[in-house]
Amino acid sequence: MIRAALVDRVIEPADLLAEVATPRSGATALFIGTVRETNDGRAVTAIDYASYVAMAEGELERIAREAGEKFGVDFLVVEHRVGMLQLMETSVAIAASHAHRGPAMDCTRWVIEEIKTRVPIWKREHYADGSRDWVDPAPRSEKVAP
Amino acid sequence: MATVAVQLFASYADLLGQSRMTVSVPDRATVRDLLTSVRSLPRGGGIPETALVAVNRRFANASDPIAPSDELALIPPVAGG
Repeated sequence: MIRAALVDRVIEPADLLAEVATPRSGATALFIGTVRETNDGRAVTAIDYASYVAMAEGELERIAREAGEKFGVDFLVVEHRVGMLQLMETSVAIAASHAHRGPAMDCTRWVIEEIKTRVPIWKREHYADGSRDWVDPAPRSEKVAP
Repeated sequence: MATVAVQLFASYADLLGQSRMTVSVPDRATVRDLLTSVRSLPRGGGIPETALVAVNRRFANASDPIAPSDELALIPPVAGG
């Protein structure tokens, strides 16, 4: 059972864990991404996640299928949320179960890294000073000085 | 010349002030031609020459052909997670 979805509701990690629970599994890995209170030294109050929905859904599903084949994982659920999220809310959750811990843990790590490079989702951070900005994913060292 | 519709998202939509636009491209145009046309518009120069483009919901290469019937989108650097 492999499933990936873009959602506009609260993500319930316990539900993902229940979906990948199986007697065949000896290990279950769960990754949760949450809204953090600072970024690049600025105080963040919320993040608005935008997406090219039609493409993002397809890309999420492709990543999940590829991960299943790459790690031999048959039980994998991925949910990424869009819309306005407050601090500590879950933006993405990935649950994978396998007979052994290595593939389960490697699978969740690989999926989140692929999401960050391949899925058309963008974050607009809202700051404590009332301003807001789209997040540039390039490391600060790669940014060109103005 | 042909006219194609392009979707814009996030920072690119803010830059050009719209989320969907039509642009003229040469006949038998490529993704590179599309970027050239968009970059020639007012404020379009803010979009990088190497911007990602999706054709029919898949990332495309600069030399890939485009057609008026294609679903085209300019993709700012993604930042999910």
